[in-house]
Amino acid sequence: MLIFEQSQSGRRATAQAPGNAATLKSIPESLRRKQPAALPEVSEMQSVRHYTRLSRKNFSIDTHFYPLGSCTMKYNPRGCNTLAMLPGFVARHPYAPESHSQGFMACMYELQEILKEVTGMREVSLTPAAGAQGEFTGIAMIKAYHDANGDHERSEIIVPDAAHGTNPASAVMCGYKVREIPTMKDGDIDIDALKSVLGPQTAGIMLTNPSTVGVFERRIREISDLVHKAGGLLYYDGANLNAILGKVRPGDMGFDAIHMNLHKTFSTPHGGGGPGAGPVGVSERLIPFLPVPMVDYDGDSYQWLTQTERPQSIGQLTAFGGNSGVLLRAYIYAKMLGREGMVRVAEYATLNANYLMKLLTDSGFQAAYPERRASHEFILTLKKEANELGVSTMDFAKRMLDYGVHAPTTYFPLLIPECLLIEPTETESMEELDNFVEVMQKIRHEAEHQPEIVTSAPHSMPVKRLDDVKAARELDLRWQTPEL
Amino acid sequence: MPFIPHTEEDVNRMLSSIGVDSIESLFDEIPEDLKCGDLDAIPAGMSEMEITVLMHQRAAADGQPDCFIGAGAYDHHIPAAVWELATRGEFYTAYTPYQAEASQGTLQLLYEYQSMMTALTGMDVSNASLYDGASAAAESILMAVRANRKSKSRRVLLPRSLHPAYRKTVQTIVQHQKIDLIELPFDTTSGKTDLDALDNYSGDDITALVIPQPNFFGALEDVDALTNWAMSNGAISIAVVNPLALSILKPPGEWGDEGVDICCGEGQPLGIPLSSGGPYLGFMCCRQQHVRQMPGRIIGATEDLDGKRGYSLTLQAREQHIRRSKATSNICTNQGLMVTAATIYMALLGGEGMAHTAAAAHANTGKLVEKLCSIDGVDTLFSSPVFHERVLKINASPKNVLRSLAAHNLLGGYDLGAEYPELGDAILVCATEKRTEQQIESFRDKLDRIMNRQAKCPVTPKFDQP
Repeated sequence: MLIFEQSQSGRRATAQAPGNAATLKSIPESLRRKQPAALPEVSEMQSVRHYTRLSRKNFSIDTHFYPLGSCTMKYNPRGCNTLAMLPGFVARHPYAPESHSQGFMACMYELQEILKEVTGMREVSLTPAAGAQGEFTGIAMIKAYHDANGDHERSEIIVPDAAHGTNPASAVMCGYKVREIPTMKDGDIDIDALKSVLGPQTAGIMLTNPSTVGVFERRIREISDLVHKAGGLLYYDGANLNAILGKVRPGDMGFDAIHMNLHKTFSTPHGGGGPGAGPVGVSERLIPFLPVPMVDYDGDSYQWLTQTERPQSIGQLTAFGGNSGVLLRAYIYAKMLGREGMVRVAEYATLNANYLMKLLTDSGFQAAYPERRASHEFILTLKKEANELGVSTMDFAKRMLDYGVHAPTTYFPLLIPECLLIEPTETESMEELDNFVEVMQKIRHEAEHQPEIVTSAPHSMPVKRLDDVKAARELDLRWQTPEL
Repeated sequence: MPFIPHTEEDVNRMLSSIGVDSIESLFDEIPEDLKCGDLDAIPAGMSEMEITVLMHQRAAADGQPDCFIGAGAYDHHIPAAVWELATRGEFYTAYTPYQAEASQGTLQLLYEYQSMMTALTGMDVSNASLYDGASAAAESILMAVRANRKSKSRRVLLPRSLHPAYRKTVQTIVQHQKIDLIELPFDTTSGKTDLDALDNYSGDDITALVIPQPNFFGALEDVDALTNWAMSNGAISIAVVNPLALSILKPPGEWGDEGVDICCGEGQPLGIPLSSGGPYLGFMCCRQQHVRQMPGRIIGATEDLDGKRGYSLTLQAREQHIRRSKATSNICTNQGLMVTAATIYMALLGGEGMAHTAAAAHANTGKLVEKLCSIDGVDTLFSSPVFHERVLKINASPKNVLRSLAAHNLLGGYDLGAEYPELGDAILVCATEKRTEQQIESFRDKLDRIMNRQAKCPVTPKFDQP
């Protein structure tokens, strides 16, 4: 039942707002609202009960194993939330003067320094509000760099076909044409194809390493040399650094710009779809173009760097400094891990992924890249099951929900048929991974013997499989009071 | 090991299953010469107890001053239930509802949010949020350019009375799309967008007109005239509004003869703390006819196999994961948790509760302005009616005055000097419903002392100045 359907005219949660409506007489009648907005009229307890009940219809990290590939659903430490919500932090106005911001700015400055060190980049700006904004920022800086050099002929950004959809979309937002290049059978980039598209029109390339197919791009140095020789720059989609923290750094691989999704590697909550944070790091040549504001430190106090100090900056991306509350949580997490903890993240995320891949392939499932090491994630293809048993990857995914496991990412990357992208993260125990293997085996067994149980799954969720076609054809996007 | 459950025995069993003798050998595909050494610049890890001490010190260092700054971020009361519920693990640690059947809580909540936003704005549809008000304004302009197929000019009128940070953000985000942003001046007497200046563009090919309500000065614009101008000139009208203000102001869906095309703004006043400027939430609503041009996630109601009502992500063919380079925007995740808080906030307050809150903030700012204007050398600058902010002209350097007030642990407003030098010495002040009589009185006393009786000021500044 919707909250609107529980509404009773005249009912109010009276403790929540000032009692007596103050006069509005200085506002002309023509600019005023005639009737109160038709929002639900419910008591405080009704609201609390309603949203508590709704929350229980969700899978979440706190309640279920959630091996959603490329999303890094690791445990979100409670301490990070508690400390980021301290009154001094939540009450700080974005335009508070530096005299009343030194505590907050110290955290931000130190986070910039930590991210510089783990990525091997020269400078970091924390301001992009999410990964997609970080990508946009990376490409916008590359464009600003070419423009500043009077190099206006560079019109193309190269993107591997396996890349996340935000990559080409971000390149287009910066006014670039997108050139796709294929991925080879072993998961590496096709270097010959890359050579054939490089030229004076190349502005740059967008890459992820480990790549979107979950393997480490072994010839990365060669790629970065080729792109740099052609006059292009390299952008690293560092959405997820979980597999490389303390092992290898994008700056050392030759990248010029990188964004980092702190809601993945640095464990800030995913919140049912955001907020994230997508700080960017750059090599020497892109420093002047970083988005503002940033925090500087003169050994005595912290200062904001704005467009005044950074006249070549690509500018600001949100009204204020980005998702500060998310940045605080990431900072607290990073401080708790420390340098040894960072390396452990990469090691145990990789251990868990390789263990799970081995167990699944041993029990007869097909890995997309069986000869390769898994990074923090790996891909299974259920092509055989789909062909022989008539049970698709989507069916597998839905049936998993009945077994209390959130499905991995399905049908991404697009180039691998019937795929599951599985990322267990370092915070899951061996028993949880063993259980996942058992669930996969059970579902295959069902597919062999009672496929309809699988193809009509889920059976134990608040709803059965939903009609997405109807949702798109007969748009119903808001509650409307039924006509009496 | 913090947050890692493995015992030594687990590790050994796992390595032996994989068939390697050490964790390090799992990294054997990374070329040796690329591997980095220790992360020396990162300090050693801290326990929860240690970081707790540090964060308490840092948070306390910022002093929690009495806040009379608004300027796009407002210090409203947030009911306790809002964040008690929003930080429940089932909301806090879920992700984008890709598996709809296991995400009905988030999906239904987003559908309720969309319903509430359309009720508040008077528009047909709402998306499930964007990053913040400024980036939502930028996305609205990009959307208007896509939606206005009759206009070829890609010229967008942007009032100077729109928040300066929004104008800068718009510039950053749309600059590569060959869009011509034209600044519309404001009338220096009223503080509202100059309708005569707008008339200079009548008959021109204008793609879109942005209409802030209230504008950055707190002033209420002639929204009917502006909306009608856009309609009669073939321009898409884009309202940039404060959602709390809409509980007492005419909704954009009713502006002019037919309402606006797109409505966006900053959702922070709906139960989201100031939090240094984010995370907030950008909202966006539009008319039904433009829905396929809207960026961001949209939730639709549908049915399951048994005909039971359920909710799922819909119209995904607009989005980057399907359309890639042809998507309406590169946006992927949005501000889900902030939407959760805003939805609970609106449910708790209801239309009337929000209207009472808005009216109390309006009245409080009125009181503040009256008190401050009783000081010699302080006066209002513009004549227009306002919502809950007002520009004051002061006979002193705003920079020095605000610094002195800050030294007394009071944030006295936003200095307009940098962004609006033409206004002279002026500040923008705001008193939400949270500011008490005593706080307002104390602001008056301190300002009076600083401006007129500086020599007698007995208070020693509490904070060092940078």
